Amino acid sequence: MTEPFLELLNIGKRYPGVVALDDVSLSVAPGEVIGLVGENGAGKSTLMKVLGGVEQPSVGTIRVDGMDRAAMTVAEAIAAGIAFVHQELNLFENLDAAANVFIGREPLTAGPLRLVDLARLAAAAAPLFERLGADFSPAAPVASLSIAQRQLVEIAKALSLDSRLVIMDEPTSSLTLTETDRLLAVIGDLRAAGVSIIFISHRLNEVTACSDRVMVLRDGRKVAELAKAEISPEAMVRHMIGRDLKSVYRPPQAAPGAPILEIRGARTPAHPDPGVDIAVRRGEILGLAGLIGAGRTELARAVFGIEPLTGGIVRLDGRDLAIGSPHDAIAQGLYLVPEDRKGCGVVLDLAIAQNISLPRLADLAHRGLVDRAAETALAEDQAERLRIRAPGVDVPVGSLSGGNQQKVVLAKWLSMSPKAIIFDEPTRGIDVGAKREIYDMLRALADSGVAILMISSDMEEVIGVSDRIAVMHEGRISGTLARPAFSEAAVLRLAVGHLQ
Amino acid sequence: MQKKDLGLLVLILAVGAIVAIINPRFLSPINLANTANLVGLFGIFAIGQGFVIITGGIELSVGSVIALLGVLFIDLIVTHAMPWPFAFLLMLAGGVLIGLAHGLLVTRMNMQPFIVTLCGLLIYRGVARFYTADATAGFGFGVSFPTLEWLATGRSFGVPHSFLAMLAITAVMWVVLHRSVYGRHLYAVGKNEEAARYSGVPTGRVIVTAYVICGVLTAIAAIFFAMYTRSISPASHGGFYELYAIAAAVLGGFSLRGGEGSIIGVVLGAVLLQVLQNLVNLLGIPSSLNFAVMGSVILIGVLVDQQFGEYRRRRAAQQRQ
Repeated sequence: MTEPFLELLNIGKRYPGVVALDDVSLSVAPGEVIGLVGENGAGKSTLMKVLGGVEQPSVGTIRVDGMDRAAMTVAEAIAAGIAFVHQELNLFENLDAAANVFIGREPLTAGPLRLVDLARLAAAAAPLFERLGADFSPAAPVASLSIAQRQLVEIAKALSLDSRLVIMDEPTSSLTLTETDRLLAVIGDLRAAGVSIIFISHRLNEVTACSDRVMVLRDGRKVAELAKAEISPEAMVRHMIGRDLKSVYRPPQAAPGAPILEIRGARTPAHPDPGVDIAVRRGEILGLAGLIGAGRTELARAVFGIEPLTGGIVRLDGRDLAIGSPHDAIAQGLYLVPEDRKGCGVVLDLAIAQNISLPRLADLAHRGLVDRAAETALAEDQAERLRIRAPGVDVPVGSLSGGNQQKVVLAKWLSMSPKAIIFDEPTRGIDVGAKREIYDMLRALADSGVAILMISSDMEEVIGVSDRIAVMHEGRISGTLARPAFSEAAVLRLAVGHLQ
Repeated sequence: MQKKDLGLLVLILAVGAIVAIINPRFLSPINLANTANLVGLFGIFAIGQGFVIITGGIELSVGSVIALLGVLFIDLIVTHAMPWPFAFLLMLAGGVLIGLAHGLLVTRMNMQPFIVTLCGLLIYRGVARFYTADATAGFGFGVSFPTLEWLATGRSFGVPHSFLAMLAITAVMWVVLHRSVYGRHLYAVGKNEEAARYSGVPTGRVIVTAYVICGVLTAIAAIFFAMYTRSISPASHGGFYELYAIAAAVLGGFSLRGGEGSIIGVVLGAVLLQVLQNLVNLLGIPSSLNFAVMGSVILIGVLVDQQFGEYRRRRAAQQRQ
């Protein structure tokens, strides 16, 4: 192993009353891929902010190329060759890929006008995209690119800065399996070229696949540093939560009953051609797997009435539903927990109580006026039942962690009388502990007789939670698997379009 | 009352106290009554504007609607001898219709509120001028409507009826916005329309209703204004009034991004604007500076409010840690 060019020595960071980082050391050698894992709030973000010069450590030393310093500014971090690929990509959708790479550093023409030299910009961008094996033109507007392609734009930006260390924060959370493989290949190429990577992820299989070394943080402390041979999801989970996570998934208590949610010949604008047929039975969790873009979210949105179906029927408990809007769906007992939690699931600025009561205000009102005591009582009841961790039900949902926000979305529906609930990526961006609680709730719901359709791109989750798995490919169901036939390989084969 | 509203009230009292010290006539019954009358007139449609602003929209046609409906009202009762209660209801229906049209264009046709209502501003003004052939509509010599005049411009116990009307509307609208299911839906839509839709809130209907409320309140204001000025020159009547309404809402703590604001806030905003107008008159400031004074106060007010809010947030965050 070559000498490290960057070292963090005994870094500590305390905010008033909180120790965010405590005596954390990390060294980065050229061409090394370091996995960084830990539950939400373990200190990963703070550590990365220290590396990026956004936060200054309270104690400790940062050693860059043998030079010791107490802290870095953002400019110094960039000069040291540290670049970020953020979870929420920071790109300008209205500009093209090349322009995004050189944003703020555009080559200018000579002469008094100093206009942007588009020819030189394009010439400088081309080799970067080529190196990454990009399958799109640098002149393509970012708005037209997929999430995976946008990531490549961010990575190209990092390369154009001659970065020696690229920090990737949850880079695969919105990628399909093939896209993830391609990203892991890009990481391999970068490593071969001597670029170091810090790979932050909740997807432990991917961390295992690409890391040379894994650092596990818990409560602001480094609790383990695993060498290549020691890396495994089980080992990481053990260190992350400080104990073994036994049987995350509970089996159903009873055999499923009659079909509750039946979707027949459903067509959406995105996939008008083949109809989708799905039936979810009473007490059953039907996993809906597939690659991103297979049409799963579109189907869920259409069934729920966001963009109504262009064809086909939805039956709930034996009755044909006429759904023109979510309002109609909710009135009939069909609910959706959307994929985009912050955008569609909750109103961040409103209080927990106001979010929970939103779909059923009419029930809580007398003559059009909201009974606020009843509302608060309902919310407190739900918060206790779902173990929502918050100082009170009157705090804005935006102040909660991702897991607790998701519980608020669940609380909304559980306080009503669901017949069927569609969950779209129910645990995306949620830490291990909260995930487990959500799985428990899913199972408890199913056991109480609710039909659950769970869309998920997390293979482990689909296989662990579902009673049956339907797999979607390009707008149609390519196959359905029963529990004994569950395997990643089987799901994957269907997801890429092999029919059963 | 929210903290923000309290701050505004303190500002109004402070400005009032200063004006009263410099010119004691500020507190004379006649001046107070006049100011109260104007507060009532402007407050009524500012409340309507507030509802639209909470949806994240804006209603620019308020001034033109006041001109158009005012002209129509006077014409109907004077020239066509229509019984005034009937004309009044007809004007309310006109307000509903205008609000409905704006709301449907915004929600069904996905047009931006600024564009829809800007076009409304131009259209209604044009129609008003065409309708009277640019002539001033007014009450001819000897024409009088004693009941209507008493209701619209009279006083009870020295308090102008326009002000009393505004108080009544304030009370009703306070309940609607702050206690009703509709009000809750309105805030949810203003904060995050998508999430509201996913929670089953009929977002389109909520937004359209806000424009209709604005239309109706503007129609009521239009009739008060018509009776107050008694003659309407359609080219200038109600000019810039939409901006008074927006200014009142902004002073009252509304965010143009939607989802924020209170009825007390917008009413106090309307009060402050009229006190400022009064200040310009009473302190002998050239009336040409009227708008400049108003603009400066709004600018400084919002600036201070935001900086103070930021400071409070930071302190609260520190205390938590």
